[in-house]
Amino acid sequence: MSWFVRTFGSTLGRKLLMALTGIFLILFLVVHLAGNLQLLIPDGGKSFNIYAETMGNNTFIQIVSKVNFALILLHIIVAIILTRYNSKARPVSYENFNGNANSTWSSRNMGVLGSVIFIFIAIHLSNFWWVFKYGEVPTTTLENGTAVKNYYAVVNEGFSQLWIVGIYVLSMVFLAFHLAHGFQSAFQTLGLNHKKYTPAIKAVGKWFAILVPIGFAIIPIYMYFNNIS
Amino acid sequence: MKLESKIPEGPLAEKWTRHKFNVKLVNPANKRKFEVIVVGTGLAGASAAATLAELGYNVKAFCFQDSPRRAHSIAAQGGINAAKNYQNDGDSIYRLFYDTIKGGDYRSREGNVYRLSEVSVNIIDQCVAQGVPFAREYGGLLDNRSFGGAQVSRTFYARGQTGQQLLLGAYQALSRQVSTGKVKLYPRTEMLDLVLIDGEAKGIITRDLITGKIEKHAANAVVLASGGYGNVFYLSTNAMGSNATAAWRAHKKGAFFANPCFTQIHPTCIPVSGDHQSKLTLMSESLRNDGRVWVPKSEEKAKGLSAKEAVDIPEEERDYYLERKYPSFGNLVPRDVASRNAKYVCDEGRGVGKTGLAVFLDFADAIKRDGKETIEAKYGNLFDMYKQITGDNPYEVPMMIYPAVHYTMGGLWVDYNLQTSIPGLYATGESNFSDHGANRLGASALMQGLADGYFVLPYTIGDYLATQPMQKVSDDHPAFDEAINDVKGKIDKLLSIKGKKTVDEFHRELGKIMWDYCGMSRNAEGLKKAKGLIKELRAEFWENVKVFGTNDELNQSLEKANRVADFLELGELMVDDALHREESCGGHFREEYQTEEGEALRNDEDFAYVAAWEYQGENQDEKLNKEELEFENVKLTQRSYK
Amino acid sequence: MNLTLKVWRQKNQNDKGKMETYQVSDISPDMSFLEMMDVLNEQLIKEDIEPVHFDHDCREGICGMCSMHINGRPHGPQQAVTTCQLHMRSFKDGDTITIEPWRAGAFPVVKDLVVDRTSFDRIIQAGGYVSVNTGGVPDANEIPIPKSVADEAFNSATCIGCGACVAACKNASAMLFTSAKIAQLAMLPQGKTEAKTRAEKMVAQMDAEGFGACTNTGACSAECPKEISLENIARMNREYFSAKAKSENTDM
Ligand SMILES: Cc1cc2nc3c(=O)[nH]c(=O)nc-3n(C[C@H](O)[C@H](O)[C@H](O)COP(=O)(O)OP(=O)(O)OC[C@H]3O[C@@H](n4cnc5c(N)ncnc54)[C@H](O)[C@@H]3O)c2cc1C
Ligand code: HEM
Ligand code: SF4
Ligand code: FES
Repeated sequence: MSWFVRTFGSTLGRKLLMALTGIFLILFLVVHLAGNLQLLIPDGGKSFNIYAETMGNNTFIQIVSKVNFALILLHIIVAIILTRYNSKARPVSYENFNGNANSTWSSRNMGVLGSVIFIFIAIHLSNFWWVFKYGEVPTTTLENGTAVKNYYAVVNEGFSQLWIVGIYVLSMVFLAFHLAHGFQSAFQTLGLNHKKYTPAIKAVGKWFAILVPIGFAIIPIYMYFNNIS
Repeated sequence: MKLESKIPEGPLAEKWTRHKFNVKLVNPANKRKFEVIVVGTGLAGASAAATLAELGYNVKAFCFQDSPRRAHSIAAQGGINAAKNYQNDGDSIYRLFYDTIKGGDYRSREGNVYRLSEVSVNIIDQCVAQGVPFAREYGGLLDNRSFGGAQVSRTFYARGQTGQQLLLGAYQALSRQVSTGKVKLYPRTEMLDLVLIDGEAKGIITRDLITGKIEKHAANAVVLASGGYGNVFYLSTNAMGSNATAAWRAHKKGAFFANPCFTQIHPTCIPVSGDHQSKLTLMSESLRNDGRVWVPKSEEKAKGLSAKEAVDIPEEERDYYLERKYPSFGNLVPRDVASRNAKYVCDEGRGVGKTGLAVFLDFADAIKRDGKETIEAKYGNLFDMYKQITGDNPYEVPMMIYPAVHYTMGGLWVDYNLQTSIPGLYATGESNFSDHGANRLGASALMQGLADGYFVLPYTIGDYLATQPMQKVSDDHPAFDEAINDVKGKIDKLLSIKGKKTVDEFHRELGKIMWDYCGMSRNAEGLKKAKGLIKELRAEFWENVKVFGTNDELNQSLEKANRVADFLELGELMVDDALHREESCGGHFREEYQTEEGEALRNDEDFAYVAAWEYQGENQDEKLNKEELEFENVKLTQRSYK
Repeated sequence: MNLTLKVWRQKNQNDKGKMETYQVSDISPDMSFLEMMDVLNEQLIKEDIEPVHFDHDCREGICGMCSMHINGRPHGPQQAVTTCQLHMRSFKDGDTITIEPWRAGAFPVVKDLVVDRTSFDRIIQAGGYVSVNTGGVPDANEIPIPKSVADEAFNSATCIGCGACVAACKNASAMLFTSAKIAQLAMLPQGKTEAKTRAEKMVAQMDAEGFGACTNTGACSAECPKEISLENIARMNREYFSAKAKSENTDM
């Protein structure tokens, strides 16, 4: 299998892994956001709870979720390898380096942005996923009489704390910048650069990087204000 | 010594084929027993090194730049000629041959020039096969343009970067041979002497430009492809590093130097802007296809006239002097004619710009006729370059141009096999005195460099090697150590003078002498004066030059000093040659010898020969050897471009 | 005009090196940047200070030899020009200009502003050519090539191998340089035959030289004096991935 190791150990191979995992994560973000937006439905959390329950009991979704974790991990591991490799390529740095003249700040700081996102993911998982899975989740009864876990209550509880809301919103800003470069970059890495389509990819990427993080950020904000009013 | 040109017998068109049959061959298995040194990796050197290696020879290739790809050939813009007749406009091998002989003012060999035209067609095939992206037409076939006064369109081009693309093709072929191990590259290595064993070239002495190490390299034969010597003039369109050292040191070891005074002054260069000027930039000759050359009719109007003000000079106050004097060729007259006429109008006081040493090249009519888009497609990069350097926008105001030293037709004397007067020493490309006679046609230098390297030398060198013992030449021979000592001695001397004037100051002074007295037009009085001035300057150089640092490091002022020391000797030989050639021909214009209309007046009776100079020792006048030129196929006529 | 120059001085590869400050005066706006450096050097020689070593040759933007990192940018503040084409009219009287060599592990400093770029040559040697010997090739017009393809290939072929892309890249990556050659030859029918192995070999060599990977920041293309486009990198990636997927070559 050594050709395989060599291929994915090459600079291009590693980038391929980054792009593929990155795109997977982007898709995941879409699905995740679609689910989470149900928190905004004013039905006392009913839709969200049903959604969460179904997801939790669906084997396929569970497999996808494991894959998702694995790929986030892969994305992070390769990111660390690449970032270290890249910084070694310039052992002596410039006295004067004017990166802003030729590239965006986010493109040069994907590692920093990613690290913040990583910390966020850790906080996020311990806040919700860990609690959902292993913690105490109160139950609630649906109209048809079945008792389900009240995930909504956990989320609602979390987002009543201003500092948690703050962290979420801020992290989404970082995610936005990560995506602002990452979205179109992944296509470029895959070799998809075309005079006709690249402008469209870039435009979609830009809007994606704006709308998706806003979508995520609205939830804690909305719930926070909902709670205090 | 009788100079044997070794032109094969037989009808012109069969000479080369016959010769290829007659030269001795080295059997394929034996080629790997021979080692060949190639100095230079420009078109001539890279193509030769790659081809020799493909044939099986072991090659060592040298250049002073950090990479073979940076040889000065990279800068050629306009294009490369080939008698393909793709345009069906009546071109043929014979016509290219004829144009080249005539363009060279009948001072080149028929046999060589015919061969050049013959192999020109193979060059294009070869380059296309290598992936050189020549310009194409919409149908997908190769495009051609007419260039430098040719009446047919036979010039292949790659936008304004033909030399670059051709050189990269040759560099890639060379790189391929490096990867097979047949070629060993020595970048940043400068040849400082030639080593002869029993009168034959068997190696070179080099300086590693990074460590300063003086090294010896032995081989069964040595090829010089070290380019031209235009930098004698300090200001020229040549790269800063272009130099004569390899050729000159070979000359001092016995290789004859032919026609040194034949230098080409290119008419379309960006004028000098001030004393700081370090080199001149060529604007491709192709610009003359659409640009119109003019100056104001009156001196008063011309004085200090800027390009911006020129736009307001009414048509009737302009003198389109080339169109006026040469109605049939107009702006497309050969380079020497265009250059000289620019000098004349400036001498009359009708030169424009701050210095009065410039004429206009105007595209207003072409833009009106063809539209800005068309002009941009043709010359976009040249216009950008012009704007970058001068700050003026040629889409709106006329360009200013002035002639500058561009190419040296003279060089090491070689026979039909490209062998110099030293057995085992070959010279190719601009470094030999070549096929261009007294004046080179546009787009023919690239052709000649590649013809020599791809298609001529690889055959003809076999003729010599086949006579050599099949064994490695050892560098133990005392001749190597002697040469090393000479080189070291010279370097130590340069470093020990510790005078007051920098190398550049000497170089600039030499350049001025050469330009003033041995430039676009020359006369006996001036040349005699120049000889004295050069002698004085040389003497002063060896007493008062300031070279910084030591030999054992990267030392650019030492590199320059070595080169300028040679220019100071070569300059004098150029003057001698110009003085002795009492006629005007091609790029050599002697004021004493002109027609009533001020055109060059050749003297075929007395000067239809190649002047091959033989070194006689330090500060001695050189000995003149003549190779008479025989013309069996063309009739010598006075060039007329009226 | 008068300028303050902060220049990197380093005696040789092993020396640590440091920035030195020099003053130059009476600089004409018509001078090229390198002519300004000539003035500095003439002045230094007169003052018995070793002149600043820098690479240069053609001084018209085509040989790719000049290589200065000026005020934080390769080839200075202007787009699409080399250092030798940069003119002093891009600066103002009284400016302080920092001048550094290209910085990359694969471009070790030789002296002052001179770096060793032979790693680029080795990348080309790894496969940046069409394997044809001299002679025996078909007529040049035998294979028509659509003008658009020829033009596109030409755009890639204009790379001058200066290394500004590496110098500009935060990762000192040589992807733009490498991809320009891979793309040029992959587009042309003559080069297609070997396109896949070429991509494999050249990328392997590029990695072996220690250049960084690509983060697609685009700094390379933005600073490239020949405006080589990022499309080349995308094409290289396609060639490379498809080569890796399809080739039977198991030892690369
Ligand atoms: C600006 C410009 C534009 C031109 N445009 C055209 C054109 O459009 N068409 C055309 O046909 N011709 C053109 N020419 C002329 C043509 O480019 C040259 O004549 C030709 O390229 C010379 O090639 P060469 O291989 O002989 O030498 P060069 O390309 O000059 O190569 C010389 C080689 O020798 C090496 N070298 C020199 N001295 C030493 C030494 N002592 N030790 C080690 N190595 C050494 C150098 O490193 C270099 O590799 C142009 C010339 C100029 C200046
Ligand atoms: C939801 C989360 C994330 C998404 C959607 C995402 C998406 C992406 C995408 C699409 C790319 C571009 C890939 C390419 O250029 O080919 C990328 C690059 C990158 N990501 Fe992420 N990412 C996420 C989380 C992270 C995390 C947690 C890290 C942690 C360290 C990280 C670090 C990086 C780095 C360093 C790069 C640039 C790699 C390079 O090209 O040098 N990302 N990401
Ligand atoms: S891609 Fe551009 S910046 Fe990089 S080496 Fe080529 S010309 Fe220079
Ligand atoms: S010196 Fe040749 S590109 Fe600048």
